[in-house]
Formats: sequence, structure tokens, C-alpha cells
Amino acid sequence: MEQPALEIRNLNIYYGHFLAIKDVNLSIPRHQITAIIGPSGVGKSTLLRALNRMNELVPGCRTEGEILFDGMNIYDPRVDPVEVRRRIGMVFQKPNPFPKSIYENIAWGLRINGFRGSRAQMDEAVEGALRAAALWDEVKDKLHQSGLSLSGGQQQRLCIARVVALQPEVILLDEPASALDPIATLKIEELMRELKRDYTLVIVTHNMQQAARVSDYTAMMMLTGEGERSGTVIEFGPTKTIFTNPRDKRTEDYVTGRFG
Amino acid sequence: MTRKAFEQQLRELLGKMLVLGSMVEQALMESTEALWKRDLEASRRVVERDREINDRRFALEALTIGLIATQQPVAGDLRLLAAVLEIAGELERIGDYAKGIAIINLRMGDTLQPSVPAEVTIMSQKAADMLHRALIALVNKDVEAARAIPQEDEEIDAFYLRIYWDLMGQIIRDPSLIERVNWLLWAAHNLERAADRVTNICERTVYAITGEMTEMDATWDELERENSGLLQPRSPF
Repeated sequence: MEQPALEIRNLNIYYGHFLAIKDVNLSIPRHQITAIIGPSGVGKSTLLRALNRMNELVPGCRTEGEILFDGMNIYDPRVDPVEVRRRIGMVFQKPNPFPKSIYENIAWGLRINGFRGSRAQMDEAVEGALRAAALWDEVKDKLHQSGLSLSGGQQQRLCIARVVALQPEVILLDEPASALDPIATLKIEELMRELKRDYTLVIVTHNMQQAARVSDYTAMMMLTGEGERSGTVIEFGPTKTIFTNPRDKRTEDYVTGRFG
Repeated sequence: MTRKAFEQQLRELLGKMLVLGSMVEQALMESTEALWKRDLEASRRVVERDREINDRRFALEALTIGLIATQQPVAGDLRLLAAVLEIAGELERIGDYAKGIAIINLRMGDTLQPSVPAEVTIMSQKAADMLHRALIALVNKDVEAARAIPQEDEEIDAFYLRIYWDLMGQIIRDPSLIERVNWLLWAAHNLERAADRVTNICERTVYAITGEMTEMDATWDELERENSGLLQPRSPF
């Protein structure tokens, strides 16, 4: 197997004294879409946010273990978390464009990350990101209108364009389509399949059909440990296997809706 | 999330599959008994009822496809529904074999020669019994039964061989019977094929329960035995 994009080793995450994520070991395959599924409150988003050190912004959150990215532990004190978050970008549940023009939504991120090119080069970078996010044709004539004037699905693709503009290696998506209608959802899913040629994608979703449709690999999380309060990955494998012949009875029960 | 409605729909689906299975078992036994007793009226009924078997097969498929579309089943549920789709087709084909036997009887008309070997009725009962237990194994998720039933196919093959030699003997005594004997051979062949399809049903059942796709067909073993001379047609004299 190719070198994984991310390798999670013995990961524990605490909120104060509460062990939220317990002993996760997982290799996220490169240029594939990995879905994280599991019941509410199991820690899917916590695990996802650990992948680009986003949990550090939560007071009282402490992380143990390693996440190797290009052979380097992203939790190593010498590593700059801002750089980690540039190379491992995140798209959130609710589209959150800046209250600026469509153009500026992308240009601004580039500028604060040290873009020093000409105006023409910036135009090119913005167009490239919007094309990559399959949004260009819909917005090319109104680049200077507010990002908030777009529909929900378009706003979400704008947020993806904003991440893509920074040329990350991994894109994390936390329920990216849960606030969208079915057509806009399908567009996001189609876009994800396009993006995996150039990026590694990790998606958290409540929608199991979405995980089944869009992902190549699936990680199934479940509560475990004392009093069953800590989340962990109980099964990981090709999505087809998880949805046709899971090994763990708990995975079977969850994906078939016996509980959750 | 509740599965109550879905569980209920699954039970109904399996119930309908069992009904279709019973009709096919009955067709198999009645067609063979009619052949043995040379009862043309009974054979006509079998041919007639095959239409209902076909209709029920389509209804079972439509119901299964409807559940796939509306419930979007995964894992064990998906495998079960996929198995039922396949099994519906297998049942319909076994029904066709029964109809084929009925048509052979109708073609033979009221001639008394060649005489129908008594083994055909035992063979059809055996095949129908295997079919019955195969479907119960699916409903009860009994993987051991599903693995064991195909092994009984050897008995069916042994009956087929005995019928074969009985009929060959009749040809030797009266070569003018050759065409009708050929029909009877086809009838026995249909029973043999019906049992093979029971094996297919068992394969699907193992898949539905375990996710394992395994070939349980004993044809290869048969070939090996044939080559070793065991099944080689030998002169009865």
C-alpha cells in the first residue's frame, strides 16, 4: 500500500478529565475519500478536528499520541499549527463565507498566507480555485458580488474553493452537506470525487448513504471503555466491505439501523 | 431510527418467498407423480399453475426491488434481499422443470410403454424436500443446514443413474421405444437439474448469512469420478 496521507497512532483526546477519544489507530489512504461514521456524540468531529490541530482552540482539550503527516508528527512542539492547518484544510457543516465579495473570499486567504503575486496572478489563482470547486461557471460574471448572495450549496463550494486555493494536501469535511438540499448535496459529492485526484479527503457524515456513495474507505466509530463513554474506531476498511459485509456486529447493527 | 416497519416488510417478503417455494415443491412432486401414474389431467393442471408461479416470481422481485429502493438496505439486509432476488429466479426455473415434466407426460399420451421407473417419484420427493429445507434455512439463517443440503445432491445423482440404466434396458429390449425413452430421460434430467438449483439457493443462503460467496456445485467432483470410471456407463450385461 502507498504511504498513507495521515497515520494516527495511539490517539487519546481528553476534554478536561473526560476521555472523549480512546486509542485510535488509523491510516488515512492518500488520494482517497475516507468517511468517519458512527452515532451522535461518539466523537467523529473531535477525531476529524484532531487531524489539523483544530481541537487546540477548544479550552481544556488535550491530545495524546501521534498523527504522522509526511513522516512528521503534527503534534511535535516544533511544528507550527498554522502551517498544519494550511496543509490540512477544513470545510465546516454550515457554509461560512466571509461577508466579502466572492473574489475576496478566496484572495483574502491567499494574501494572509503570503501571496505576493501580481493582480493577474491573483486573478488566475482565484479562477483556478473556483474551477476546482466546480463553481466558476456559476459565478464568473459576478465575482464582485457578496459571497453571501450565493445559494447554500454555492456558498459551501465557495468555502471549498477557499480551502483549495491554499493548495493543501488534505481536506477535512465536517458534515459538509448536512445543511444542503439533495441536488446541492449531490454536487458536493461529485466535487469530492473530482478533488480526490489531487487531494486526500476525510469526511464526517451522519448520512450513511452519503458515506456509502462517496467514500472509498470508512471508519466506524462506537462508544467503548468504562461506562461506554469514550469513542473509538471499531472497524476500518473499504466502504464496500463496511456496507456489504462488515466484520463487527456493532457495525452491522449500526449501518442497518438496529441502533444509533 | 426504527426498523419496525422494515422488519415487518422483510418478514412479509420471506413469507411470500416460502409460498412460492411451496408451489414449486408441489409442482415438482405433482408433475412427477402424474408422469408415473400417466395422469394427463394432473399434468395439465401443473402446466396451468406454472403461470401463477411465474406471476408470483415477478411479484416477489418487484417487492424486493421496492424494498431496495425505499429502505436502501446495507450489510446483512442487502445480502438477504440480493439473495431473495436470485432465489426468486431459481424457483421460477425449478417450476419450469416441473412444467417440462408435465409436458413430457402430455406428449407421451396414453401409451404404456416405456414404463416410467418408480425412482422418479422418490427422486422428485427428495428434490422437493431439499428445496423445502433450503428455503427454511434461509428464513432461519441456518448456515449449517445451507452448507449440508447440497451434499445430498449425490443421492439425486444416484437415482438419476438408476433411472438411466432402467431406461437403457427398456431400449435394448425394444429399440422402437427410443424416442419416448429419450423424453423420460429428459424428465429425470429435469429433476437432477432442479436439485442443482437447490444447491444454488443454498449458495445464496450462505452468502446472505455470512457474506461468503462459495461454489457448492459438485459437478467438478462428478467429473473426477467419471474420469476414474465410477460413473462410466457400463453394459448391464
